[in-house]
Amino acid sequence: MRILVLTKPVPDPAAGSERLGSDLRLDRAASPTVVNGNDEYALEAALQLVEAHGGEVAIMSMAAPNATDTMRKALAMGALRGVLVTDPALAGADIPTTVRVLAAATAKETFDLLLAGLDTSDGTGGAVAAGIAARLGLPLLSAAAAIEPDPAGGTVRVRRLSARGYDLIEAPMPAVVSCTQALGAPRYPSLKGIMAARSREITVLGLGDLEADLSPADGAWATRVIAADPPPARAAGRVISAPAPEAAREIADFLADRRLI
Amino acid sequence: MAAVSTNPPVHGSIRLTEDQILLRDAVRELAQEQVAPRAADIDRAAEWPEDMRRLLAAQDIFGIAFAERHGGLGADLLTLCLAIEELSRACATTGLILAVQSLGAIPIQVAGSDEQQERWLPGLATGEKLISFGLTEAEAGSDASAVRTRAERDGDEYVINGGKRFISHASVADYVVVFAVTNPEAEKPSRRMSAILVETDRPGFKVTRLEHKMGIRGSPTAELAFDNVRVPVGNRLGDEGRGFSVAMQTFERSRPGIAAQAVGIAQGALDAAAQYATERRQRGKPIAELQMIQAMLADMDAATEAARHLLYTACQEIDAGAPDAARWAAICKLVAGDAAMRVTTDAVQVFGGYGYVDEYPVERMMRDAKITQLYEGTQQIQRLVVARALLAKRS
Repeated sequence: MRILVLTKPVPDPAAGSERLGSDLRLDRAASPTVVNGNDEYALEAALQLVEAHGGEVAIMSMAAPNATDTMRKALAMGALRGVLVTDPALAGADIPTTVRVLAAATAKETFDLLLAGLDTSDGTGGAVAAGIAARLGLPLLSAAAAIEPDPAGGTVRVRRLSARGYDLIEAPMPAVVSCTQALGAPRYPSLKGIMAARSREITVLGLGDLEADLSPADGAWATRVIAADPPPARAAGRVISAPAPEAAREIADFLADRRLI
Repeated sequence: MAAVSTNPPVHGSIRLTEDQILLRDAVRELAQEQVAPRAADIDRAAEWPEDMRRLLAAQDIFGIAFAERHGGLGADLLTLCLAIEELSRACATTGLILAVQSLGAIPIQVAGSDEQQERWLPGLATGEKLISFGLTEAEAGSDASAVRTRAERDGDEYVINGGKRFISHASVADYVVVFAVTNPEAEKPSRRMSAILVETDRPGFKVTRLEHKMGIRGSPTAELAFDNVRVPVGNRLGDEGRGFSVAMQTFERSRPGIAAQAVGIAQGALDAAAQYATERRQRGKPIAELQMIQAMLADMDAATEAARHLLYTACQEIDAGAPDAARWAAICKLVAGDAAMRVTTDAVQVFGGYGYVDEYPVERMMRDAKITQLYEGTQQIQRLVVARALLAKRS
């Protein structure tokens, strides 16, 4: 099997240093970057699938030129090669732009499965995988908690998280799967993996290398940030100080009013 | 994987290579996320942490200082010490797993034939096999030449009789490098011993007791008995009668590992104390705002950093083949062991009464630190080594 995993370098949520730049977009230089959490679950699932079925895992990122450092960590986990799509014109790209560029870049690759995190911790748009599937005309299996390909039959089954539990959905391959934490914790790169990753190839592509359906009018400039305000301060909490049975009833009513129970 | 809860200082990076930084950071992340949460339980249970051994094996950490042809990473002594330091910062017992594996393997690396190296090193490099180092006896501690365990030649075999004490990991190891008297008639006491690798499943090999220790409690320390243990002559490492020299050559490369353990313990204690000082409030403000606390923390940091840089320099000197490698090894263990003891003691002081109870890790670190002043040569033996090297230049 050939599996391509989209791995986005994002500001390290643990560093707590995310901030907006003067253009009101995320200042990516302000934080150390890590591989997006949901993408790591996707990568771990991909590695387990090729361990079980044979094949290879490649990764792709659309990011700044220095993203190769973060991509090395994904390579150290076991991906064999990487593709970095980078272009100054893509700084601050919005979701439609990202989808167009990544669809054009993934179209150059051969894969049975294209995996991506359900969303990314910086943008949280959650629409890129679906957008790529739509542009490539491939089936989308979303919110995967388990991925079970049948390489001989050319199909893949996914357990999709749903409000009721799981939906079992199946599609012919190649297919796009968006991945969740339920797939299981990513492995730590082994020291040999880390050393091997230093010499693995990362192909760098610019917009000129892609047949992306892009024009300046709908490129990174398509969205403008007009203003950015901090979230409103949290209102003071409500303290219930009634005796226990009464307090319990009040809390239950409070939750029921909000359809939380 | 879970986020690292602390922001580790970017220390020691000035002269490290990119590879050394890469491997150190990987071990650091693993140690903080996977090893640190186990440290208190390992200490409390005083049981060999097989899960930590498997973790080090799975991540290729055992392979750091083994040659690539033996399945290792072929990294240098400094890289090994960086890994021991990072593991010990989280858990001294886990750091010791790596240090003891190295201690036991060095005699094979320095004195073993190609055939012996190919036979034993690959299993040690993966961590599938464990090895320990059997020199000390009840009556032969600092005076290693007083070893009485005998290995008598019988055809193609040695027959070993005697006992060893304070042998780290011998109860869980697959092999023990045993130092035994093969040439009792030799004029020089230092020419009486040979180093012989004994597989621990040989008949007559017995673990007679495990010590109840103050610190490094997850690391089993065994008393051994040899009752007519027969091993092939082909298990001898180096020439007959050269065991003392093999042991001394081993210490030149193993003592930095103990210094690394000491630096790691000190850094762990400093991390904990600095964090606590910012959280603990007395008289309405964090104790970190008190100058007496600040002075202690600053001295702890200075002592730890001084020991660390001496260790890194020693590793580079030893790897470069410095003629006074034994001196560098002794100096770095001496300074780092004393630094660890002082820093951990002061860490307990910063915590006050809370430092004396096992709710916080610093009392464990203080107990763990003490061993670094004792094993692989007491601090007094290190001084002896340094003084001899110093005075030899002047006589």
